[in-house]
Amino acid sequence: MKRYSAFALVREALNGHKGWERAWRNAQPKAHYDAIIIGAGGHGLATAYYLGKNFGITNVAILEKGWLGGGNTGRNTTIIRSNYLQDPSAAIYEKSRALYETLSQELNYNIMFSPRGVMMLAQTEHEVRGYRRTAHANALQGVSTEFISPRRVKELVPIIELNGPRYPVLGALWQDRAGTARHDAVAWGYARACSDMGMDIIQKCEVTGITREGGRVTGVQTTKGDIACDRLGIVVAGHSGVLAEMAGFRLPVESVALQALVSEPIKPCMDVVVMANTVHGYMSQSDKGEMVIGGGADGFNNYTQRGSFHHIEETVRALVETFPMISRLKMLRQWGGIVDMTGDRSPILSKTPIEGVFINCGWGTGGFKAIPGSGWGFAELMAKGTSPLTDPFSLNRFGEGRFIDESVAAGVAH
Amino acid sequence: MSTRLATGGRLTDRSDRLEFTFNGKRLTGFAGDTLASALLANDQMLVGRSFKYHRPRGVVASGAEEPNALVNLGTGDRVEPNQRATTTELFHGLSATSQNHWPSLEHDIGALNGLVAPVLTAGFYYKMFIHPRPFWKHIYEPFIRQSAGLGRAPDPEARDPDTYEHVHAHVDVLVLGGGVAGLQAAHAAGAAGAQVLLLEQSPHLGGRAPVDGGTIDGQDPEAWVEATVAALKAMDNVDIRTRTMGAGIYDHGYVLGYERLNDHAPWLAGPRHRLWRIRAGQVVTATGAIERPLSFAGNDVPGVMLASAMRDYLVNYGVAAGDRTVVVTNNDDAYRTAIILKQAGLDVPAILDAREYGGGALAAEARALGIRVEQGRAIAKVQGGKRVTGVAICAQAGAGGLLEEIPCDAVAMSGGWSPVVHLWSHCGGKLLWDDAQAMFRPDPDRAPTGADGAPMLRVAGAANGFLRLGDTLRDAEAQGREAAAALGFTPGAGAAPAAEATEEAPLAPVWLMPQGARDDLRKKAWLDYQNDVKVSDVQLAAQEGFESVEHTKRYTTLGMATDQGKLSNINGLATLSRALGEEIPQVGTTTFRPPYTPISMGAIAGEAKGKLFQPIRKTPLHDWHEAHGAHWEPVGQWRRPYAYPQPGESVHDAVMREVTATRTGLGLLDASTLGKILVKGPDAGRFMDMMYTNMMSTLKPGRCRYGLMCSENGFLIDDGVVARIDDQTFLCHTTTGGADRIHAHMEEWLQTEWWDWQVYTANLTEQYAQIAVVGPKARAVLDKLGGMDLSAEALPFMGWAEGTLGGLPARVFRISFSGELSFEVAVPAHRGRALWERLHEAGAEFGATPYGTEALHIMRAEKGFIMIGDETDGTVIPQDLGLHWAISKKKDDYLGKRAQARSHMTDPDRWQLVGLETLEGGVLPDGAYAVAPGRNANGQRNTQGRVTSSYHSPTLGRGIAMGLVHKGPERMGEEIAFAMEDGETMMRARIVSPVFFDPDGEKQNV
Repeated sequence: MKRYSAFALVREALNGHKGWERAWRNAQPKAHYDAIIIGAGGHGLATAYYLGKNFGITNVAILEKGWLGGGNTGRNTTIIRSNYLQDPSAAIYEKSRALYETLSQELNYNIMFSPRGVMMLAQTEHEVRGYRRTAHANALQGVSTEFISPRRVKELVPIIELNGPRYPVLGALWQDRAGTARHDAVAWGYARACSDMGMDIIQKCEVTGITREGGRVTGVQTTKGDIACDRLGIVVAGHSGVLAEMAGFRLPVESVALQALVSEPIKPCMDVVVMANTVHGYMSQSDKGEMVIGGGADGFNNYTQRGSFHHIEETVRALVETFPMISRLKMLRQWGGIVDMTGDRSPILSKTPIEGVFINCGWGTGGFKAIPGSGWGFAELMAKGTSPLTDPFSLNRFGEGRFIDESVAAGVAH
Repeated sequence: MSTRLATGGRLTDRSDRLEFTFNGKRLTGFAGDTLASALLANDQMLVGRSFKYHRPRGVVASGAEEPNALVNLGTGDRVEPNQRATTTELFHGLSATSQNHWPSLEHDIGALNGLVAPVLTAGFYYKMFIHPRPFWKHIYEPFIRQSAGLGRAPDPEARDPDTYEHVHAHVDVLVLGGGVAGLQAAHAAGAAGAQVLLLEQSPHLGGRAPVDGGTIDGQDPEAWVEATVAALKAMDNVDIRTRTMGAGIYDHGYVLGYERLNDHAPWLAGPRHRLWRIRAGQVVTATGAIERPLSFAGNDVPGVMLASAMRDYLVNYGVAAGDRTVVVTNNDDAYRTAIILKQAGLDVPAILDAREYGGGALAAEARALGIRVEQGRAIAKVQGGKRVTGVAICAQAGAGGLLEEIPCDAVAMSGGWSPVVHLWSHCGGKLLWDDAQAMFRPDPDRAPTGADGAPMLRVAGAANGFLRLGDTLRDAEAQGREAAAALGFTPGAGAAPAAEATEEAPLAPVWLMPQGARDDLRKKAWLDYQNDVKVSDVQLAAQEGFESVEHTKRYTTLGMATDQGKLSNINGLATLSRALGEEIPQVGTTTFRPPYTPISMGAIAGEAKGKLFQPIRKTPLHDWHEAHGAHWEPVGQWRRPYAYPQPGESVHDAVMREVTATRTGLGLLDASTLGKILVKGPDAGRFMDMMYTNMMSTLKPGRCRYGLMCSENGFLIDDGVVARIDDQTFLCHTTTGGADRIHAHMEEWLQTEWWDWQVYTANLTEQYAQIAVVGPKARAVLDKLGGMDLSAEALPFMGWAEGTLGGLPARVFRISFSGELSFEVAVPAHRGRALWERLHEAGAEFGATPYGTEALHIMRAEKGFIMIGDETDGTVIPQDLGLHWAISKKKDDYLGKRAQARSHMTDPDRWQLVGLETLEGGVLPDGAYAVAPGRNANGQRNTQGRVTSSYHSPTLGRGIAMGLVHKGPERMGEEIAFAMEDGETMMRARIVSPVFFDPDGEKQNV
């Protein structure tokens, strides 16, 4: 793999850029792999990467129905934070955030992790209490957060309105080492590294069936033929239920549309990420200058990657109230992705009733930030059958009533 | 130079001269001008700088597709960045500045980026700025951020002074686009009797037809448009809205319209923008087509313009983009521009037609006018920096070998036309590739479908791939008729008007000019003018494996600019398909997403801002609280008094005073916000038994019971007192924040699971004012009001009675959330204020004191009563809170029963409710966790409990807290340590009973 650097860029510029190799090989499926990952999104690619890097398992194929990184990895609002309330959540998201910090160097691919800080506004007494509780929990979890005053909020975000007539800002939970990253680059960087380890990324390859023998997986049927494998990881977000049905089990997930939008680009005016959960909206400014805006999920199940406009209205309304100066900016584009939601709004990283089949799903609205940590833990689970990061997120928890509910503190959106 | 001609301009009024400024320069234009036409009339071809290389940018188009001519409009609170000059109507006093340059538009330091352009190729930033790590955040990224971004950010304290509004419309047939196709379709549907709404984004109806020539029904197109508009306006069932864009189409035919009411005349009163939310039986999009640029070196130099745009400026505004214009084309349409320029007395040194076979009748006409027409020829390169100075021509078939240089100051280009399929695609309509016309057009067999699965949208005219005037009108008539017919209307006998237009020779697709352009030319052939994406960038993306059109878009940023690729997408994906050796339809398009052009956030937000944003709900006593110094707390959509500090008194002191006054004399609380849901019907008892963990069906009329509600998963979601009104009627009190949610929860079960049960629910929260009369003197004050026997015998604890209290119709519930003797009195909402004031009057002798939510919380905590949202958080089951007594063992089922039998729920290791008493008397921080020895497998400190509520109790004179602690009830007297927010400092507390005050309940038992 040709290393990327400023020096390489200059050298190639002199050479008319003729020497750049493919970022990932255009692979055709082999007859057998030690492990197959279905879904070449961030989570699937990260899983493959850590299978190779941490466990030396490199005879791996990653199968993708469409184009890699084309699902929620390429549709989210790129927020990365780890100030979660519950121990298992804080553990996997903080692992993830820590991996993000050095991911550009690790992958030799600039994923533009930008620890610009994420702020979650407290706009009711209840929210203040919830975030204070989270701050207490984070202190014991090794996650660095603090509850900050309205004055500090205004210093960090000059465009915010602290004293709106409806929900004054009472403070905020602030994680200064949280931030954003370039979402596509995360998928591309992992894909390039996986391909470099000899793994096969096979795009436009839809899985149509999962072959089992005696309760154990033996391979998959695809639009590019049958492929045998010893272990199978299903990492397909919105369509998890469909794949689980092929494997012969059911999942406690619902798929709904989550929407986002961007404004036209303007010069920098907001350096941190702000989430306002009481009014349901969050916003940051991308390096291109667009205000990147996210809101709530639709209230009905859906597989189309579109959403209803009334949610956009609610979100924009909330943000115009919070940041009045955006009123004369314009919405450039809105889009939707399908998120798979579990009953407790926490993911499933688990063995399944089918031996050799593992599932990673249910990230709901919060998957992007978890990509490296999820890949790290899920790879360990697939390699060793157990991982402290993923064990609490097993499928069994629903039967046992052992929920990991993150909505508890203050109805926190991911 | 670009200039205003002595005559011409069908849309301008030369008698009405308007003054405006651009970058501070005072300029003039005419009424009817767009900002772009007025700038061109003043020879201001250079209008901005591109995103990445800060290259000089001039006006290239004349409509919504413009990627270059973006300006900051307005000043102060009215600053609006990224406004397209081509769709900005000129008005007197307009003030615009150009964007993305420093120090000035003419001299921009950022243009130095162009010098290192060979390094800054597609995706360069993924390959560099990797080391050293801290540099990304502190050096590279801030620099990139500053140089990116286009328009100026409004001032942080800018407050939009304008208003916006939303309207709803329901019509049979919605026609989007008011060109000749839209007019004809509307006419056909209207004539059939359908209710028709036609939206046109520009101020003018008729679209391109009056500019492009030909005849309709033997008339000049302009005359036909005028007559047709008059005919439509005469129809009662047809409504036409100009300056209103079809912004997006959503599932099931929900259409968004965006009307710009006074952008062209900011002095007008009323809302600035109006958002239309439209439901239509059928939608016809007649959105026309957009001309494509050609990809040749220097095609971005100011002065290179779409041929159709140049024609628009000449015909509509009497403005010439240049004195000497070279026309370059792969189709006949661009000849119209050459002819019209020549006829206006302007110089057209050559028409370069890339087609070996040349053009048809229009070419002959051009030749007849003396214009030099070259076939099989192309532009190798445009000369000039901030303005075209000439073109180098070459053979289209070659690599760009120079044949000749022609001096000129403008270039009109045409690469063919792309139908505007955006709206069709927004809601799932699919496209097909029309090889003959080299365009994607809607595939009628794969139309978007409505809720009934039938197609709901049809496309008419150029948007449907019919570029010739006659075809357009025939298609529009047919689509309009079919739309009406699909809704059951009977189209009349009308037919499409006959139209004549010059016959045209077929177009030849040209995706790169010349066909085999050398490296150095491809690196100057621009696809996306705003984002600086070149042919070579797309080719590099393909070389590096970014083969999906979505990958290429994201890697190169092609089509991600404010025009969303209206000019660049088709050229870009054709370039990609050639690089991959695949056919264009195999490569496909990126996804079209709403809105068609950007719409203001203000319009999306609508009226609901400021005080109308989630309006505050007010109890009948709200004004009284306000007048008596209430310190407010938002609770759900309400505001409740947190306390009533007196002048000079701190909030904390007020709370302490209120608690003491209530415990020793008389306290009054506005409890009106508590939810009151009526459940009525023959199956009400059965329903109540399912909703609550308690047995409610056995409750006697006249009695109350404290009830718990759980989710399906067993978690406690709400609590409150239920009163049985009569055999078939229950009144359920909920928490303030829970009222709407619990009502919806009840309805969800009734409507989806128990739809055959005879139960009706109603949320009566706002129908009553409810006042808690609390304290040792509670009965005394009510007796003073008189009218009801509220003695312990007549109204025992947990009973309720109806009667007349002090002349007011009232229900009195004898319930207590404070441990004191307490009555909650409900009266009709409009009598609330009267009751409240009478209670204060009568209670004066007992020291009647209004108290707020914080005093309420402290008193309930002193008694160990739980509060939903404090002791519960969605993970707590009633059993954790020692509420086993409220869970009926006799019932077969209730919501949550099955879940509460799960292994983790019955685990003896759960955290359970206790009281916590600090050793030093201080107050534990809310939310603090009790640490346990060691760390877990992920390195986190182990914990064994947490504080759920914590207060200073004025009654006990020290800190009290409630908490959930591992096996807490079995550990009475044990001391545990709670970590402070730093995770290090500890505060020790003793586990005690959660009932801190009057454990035997003697105070309320009087």
